[in-house]
Amino acid sequence: MFGSTFNNGLEAVVINAAALILTLAGFGIFVALFGHNPLDVYYILYLGAFATQISIENTLTQSAPLMLTALCTAIPARAGLLVIGGEGALVVGGVATVLVGIHLGHLPPWAGVLIMGLAGSIAGGLWIGAAGALRQYRGVNETIATLLMNYIAIAIMNHLVSGPIRDFDQVLKTSSWSIPESLMVGTVPGLDVHWGLGVGVVTCVILYVIMRQTTFGFGVDILGGNPRAAQMAGLPINRMVLVCCFIGGAGAGLAGTMEIIAVHGFASESLVVGFGYAGILIAFLARQNPAAIIIVAILVGGISASGGLLQRRFDLPDATAAVLQGMLFVMVLASNTAYGRFKIFQVKAN
Amino acid sequence: MTDGGDLGWWGVLIAVMGGAIRVSTPYLFVSLGETLTEKGGRVNLGLEGILVMGAMSGYGTAVVTGEPWLGVIVAGCAGSALALLHGLICNLTRVNDIAVGISLFIFGTGLAFFLGKPFINPSAPRLPHLELGAWSTYPQVRSALEINALFIIGVVLAFALAWGLKNMKWGLILRTVGDSTEAATALGYSVNWVRTMGTVAGGFLSGVGGSFLSLYYPGTWNEGLSSGQGLMAVALVIFARWNPIYCFYVSLLFGGATALGPALQTVGITSNYYLYGAAPYFLTLGLLIYSSSTKHSLAGAPGEVSISR
Repeated sequence: MFGSTFNNGLEAVVINAAALILTLAGFGIFVALFGHNPLDVYYILYLGAFATQISIENTLTQSAPLMLTALCTAIPARAGLLVIGGEGALVVGGVATVLVGIHLGHLPPWAGVLIMGLAGSIAGGLWIGAAGALRQYRGVNETIATLLMNYIAIAIMNHLVSGPIRDFDQVLKTSSWSIPESLMVGTVPGLDVHWGLGVGVVTCVILYVIMRQTTFGFGVDILGGNPRAAQMAGLPINRMVLVCCFIGGAGAGLAGTMEIIAVHGFASESLVVGFGYAGILIAFLARQNPAAIIIVAILVGGISASGGLLQRRFDLPDATAAVLQGMLFVMVLASNTAYGRFKIFQVKAN
Repeated sequence: MTDGGDLGWWGVLIAVMGGAIRVSTPYLFVSLGETLTEKGGRVNLGLEGILVMGAMSGYGTAVVTGEPWLGVIVAGCAGSALALLHGLICNLTRVNDIAVGISLFIFGTGLAFFLGKPFINPSAPRLPHLELGAWSTYPQVRSALEINALFIIGVVLAFALAWGLKNMKWGLILRTVGDSTEAATALGYSVNWVRTMGTVAGGFLSGVGGSFLSLYYPGTWNEGLSSGQGLMAVALVIFARWNPIYCFYVSLLFGGATALGPALQTVGITSNYYLYGAAPYFLTLGLLIYSSSTKHSLAGAPGEVSISR
């Protein structure tokens, strides 16, 4: 038992590392085409992502929302659903946080923050949970439904912030009222990284334990692996799917809450920056494992964080980081085909 | 009030119809592209990246050569190249086509922004259009009846593809592969090859759709050019029930719905602007909920497409 888990883990590490190396090689060729020395570019990548305290803090800040939005795909995926609605659930969570938060100025900060976190995660959870219910009771494909709901969520937010909850004192950009200053959260002690990181890591760890150690998690894995077997075993399939969708959506909704209470203070277009879509790929890269999401999110966050330095040092466009991220995603997804093909990782059946 | 005066509600109607024709063109091309892809049994969510890449490469070519039509061709080829990547990766076993699509979406837009940086300022020649409204004295009517060349090509293509899918050999092969891997294999067709070709053809059309954005309307290149038309292609195709002619109608509907908000603004109705803009998404979701069932897959859906099961 231990041996097979260990071998599976080793296989994943080796394959992902190989994909990462191939990606870096491809990216090196890409920048070489534009007249830059790949080795210099690698060094700057490292410098911008992991070399100094500031760059590490930068990386962790970038990775915080990604950990939570990745859960929106990862947890339903364990039950066999392909949810791509993290972007919408984040927006819905953010809007719910603002709607609740503006009334909570009189509360002590811990209570206000707790209520806002609950509001964001419940809103996000219900949002994706609705897609799960549509699938179980109506046969609506959850991938398409959540894709459409992303646009609907963004439209609802734009509608609210451009009228009903618009703060007309904000002249620079269209945004909602701000939550009270007293309810904004600061940084993690000892690091210049906002609390979204702590929330993201803790949530991922808790979900890792739940999915790995509990009867519920075991049941979900059966359902995801073989729905017929789950049905034969008499598992409450509908309920399990709904719970998984709710948990996933709650993760992305919580990402929205953290963006509001730790970064922006109000809802606006700045919530829609692609965290949800990046989260989908991080979930796939982590093979839907909540603990692995932490590591992958930090890696991807590091690429984003070093984008600015790459831009300044080499006069490369700011989209350079997106090119590298895209290459990494494509390469790692393609490398999925390599699983189970190398004999040394297979435990002998005897 | 005869020349360019206030047309009131007629103005709204004319603006919506004109907008439908103008805005629907990229929808038409991406939905036809996605139809070809899905008829072969795969879903390509990367059309968004392909669209943006097409917009950039078409614009860049037109700026450098002064030939907008060459830009359209180059945009199609750039789209095919990205789609080929999607097709080849999805040929591997245990690779999820939706996830690959999203990674291509991020890679394609990133690459387009990277390579398109020098083209943000120069202006490219526009694609031509027909002035069908020259008889009218109202500028609103005249601008609504400016029919762009790509729209006409798209309409002809929609009918040609519908006919070809039904009656030509390639159409039959593509549909067989999309409906049943076993049947296609038994008939001796290479399933992966056909699917890859379907994806590549779809990528070409989507790239052309992108060139419309940069070479006709809005007719410029910048990083906020696309508003998700490529991602929406998947929903459009479901709405159109995988039928190219319906793709044409649905694109007009989506184009008209997108034009509704701005048109209402001109008569002073500014509230709910964003909700009108989201009308196509509400509509598609509603239709999906209405026509889905736990008992059977969607009518008209290719059997091998993951999103119809």
